[in-house]
Amino acid sequence: MNKILKILFFGLIIKPLTLVILGLNIRGRKNLPKHGPAIIAANHNSHLDTMVLMGIYPISQVHRIRPVAAADYFFKNKFLKWFALNIVGIIPLERHARKRKEDLFAGCKSALENGDILILYPEGSRGDAGKMSELKKGIFHISKLVENTAVTPVVMNGLNKALPKGEALFVPFNCDVIIGEKVYSGDSADQFVRDLKQDFDKLFEKCLTYHD
Amino acid sequence: MFDLPLHTQNIMLIILGVLILGTISRFPIRKRVTSKSYDELKKRTQSWWWMIALLFGAIILGSSSTIFFFGFISFLALKEFLSITPVRLEDRKVIFWLYLAIPFQYYWLHEGWYGMFIIFIPVYIFLFIPARMILIGKTEGFIRSAGIMHWAVMLTVFCISHLAYLMVLPVKNELAGSAGLILYLLILTQGNDVAQFVWGKLLGKHKIIPRVSPGKTWEGFLGGVITVSVISAYLGPYLTPLTMQESLISGALISLAGFFGDLVISAVKRDLHIKDTGNLIPGHGGLLDRLDSLIYTSPLFFHYLYYLHY
Repeated sequence: MNKILKILFFGLIIKPLTLVILGLNIRGRKNLPKHGPAIIAANHNSHLDTMVLMGIYPISQVHRIRPVAAADYFFKNKFLKWFALNIVGIIPLERHARKRKEDLFAGCKSALENGDILILYPEGSRGDAGKMSELKKGIFHISKLVENTAVTPVVMNGLNKALPKGEALFVPFNCDVIIGEKVYSGDSADQFVRDLKQDFDKLFEKCLTYHD
Repeated sequence: MFDLPLHTQNIMLIILGVLILGTISRFPIRKRVTSKSYDELKKRTQSWWWMIALLFGAIILGSSSTIFFFGFISFLALKEFLSITPVRLEDRKVIFWLYLAIPFQYYWLHEGWYGMFIIFIPVYIFLFIPARMILIGKTEGFIRSAGIMHWAVMLTVFCISHLAYLMVLPVKNELAGSAGLILYLLILTQGNDVAQFVWGKLLGKHKIIPRVSPGKTWEGFLGGVITVSVISAYLGPYLTPLTMQESLISGALISLAGFFGDLVISAVKRDLHIKDTGNLIPGHGGLLDRLDSLIYTSPLFFHYLYYLHY
C-alpha cells in the first residue's frame, strides 16, 4: 500500500512539480550514481532540495534513494513522521543525541549495505541562499561505514527562491542542478571536508545564473 | 484526414516534408563532421520534431487547445525570464501574481474580449506590480525590480498572447482558417532567422552592431528582408487575408521585427553574462532563445493585419 502511495506521490506530484512547474537546468546528469552504496552530498536551502534530487531519478529507482534527515524536525507530528518514513523513505538521524557513532549511524549503514543511495546535506541544516555553512564531518564518518562508498557532490541553485526556509508560498523558478564527479573519502575527515567544499565551489560556478 | 482548412493542411504537410528531409540529410554527413557537432545537429532536429509535434497537435485539437498551448508557452517563458534576471528574494510574492495574470490574459482573448486583452497587462498589471511591491515595503532596488517584472510580463505574456489572438479573429480567408495566420507568422519568423543566418554566412562583411551580436551583418540582414518579403508575397495570400502587396510589406516588417527581437534577447543575455537562457530545448538552449524573434514579430504582425482587415 505504502509502495503504491510512494509511486503515485513521486509520479503524479513530485515529477510534474519539479520538472514542469519548477523546471530544472541539469548539468552532469551522467555523474548521478546509478546504484549504491553511494552518497549524494548536496547544499541545502529548501525543502524542495530532497524532492528535486529524488524527482530526477526514474520512478523505478526512487525507493533506492534515501534522504538522511533530522529526526527532531520530521518527527514533530504523527502525520509528518508517517509521511517522512513511508512515502519519502527518510533515514532519521538524531542530531542532538549523545550516542555512540555506531548506534547513531546504524540506519545509514544498513541502507548502504542494502545498496541504497543516501542523500546527505553536509551543512547539517538549511542555510542561507548563496553561501554554504560550514560542512559537518558526519559525512566522512558515514562514507566510511561501508567500503567503496562514493560521494557525489551536487549543487542546487534557485530553489531557495521557489520555496525559502520558513515560507509556505511556492513560486515557480527554473533551478540549476549541477552534478559533480564522484570522490572517495581519504583518511582525514578535515581534508575530506575541505576538498568537498572546494568541489561545491567549483560546481556553483557552473550554474546558469549565480549572483553573488 | 483531419477537419482542417485545405491550405493549412497543405502547409502542415509541407512542413512535415521539410522536417523529414532535414532528418534524412543528416545521415550522409555523419562521417564528415565531428561526433560532437553531429550530436548537436541530432539534438536540434529531434527538438524540432517535438516542437512541431506539439504545435500541430494543438492546432488539430482546435482553437481552445491552441490558446492553452500558447498560454503554457507564456508560463514557461515568463519563468525562464524571471529565473535569469536578478530580482530580489522579496519579489517572489509579486511574481506569484504575475503567473496568475497568464490565465486571465488568455481567458480574455479566448472570449474575444479585445479591449481587455489589449489593456490588461499594459495598464492593470503595470499599476498592480508597484502597488503590490509597496505592501512588501522594501525600497532598495524598487525601481529595478518593478522594471524587470513589468518587462518580463510584457515580453513573455503580452507579446506572445498576440499569437494566440490570431486564433479568435473572424476567419476572412476560408481556405486557410485561423491556424493559417499562425503558420504564416511562425514560418516567416523562423525562416527569417535562417535566411539572415545563411546570407550572413555567404556574403556577410559589414557588421551592424558588433557589441550586441558579432554575427549580424548588413548583408545577412538585407538578404533576409528580401528573401522573407518575396516568400511572404506568395505565402500571405495563401494563408492570410492579406493581398500580395500587403504581404510583401508584412514580410519586410516581420524580417525587421525578428532582427530586433533576436538582438534584444541577445542583449539581455550579454548583460547577465550568460550564453543560453536555459536548457529546456536540447540543442537550442532555453525557450527564450527560440522565442526571441517571435516576441517582436507577433504583436507587430497582429496589429498590421488588424489595422488593414479588422
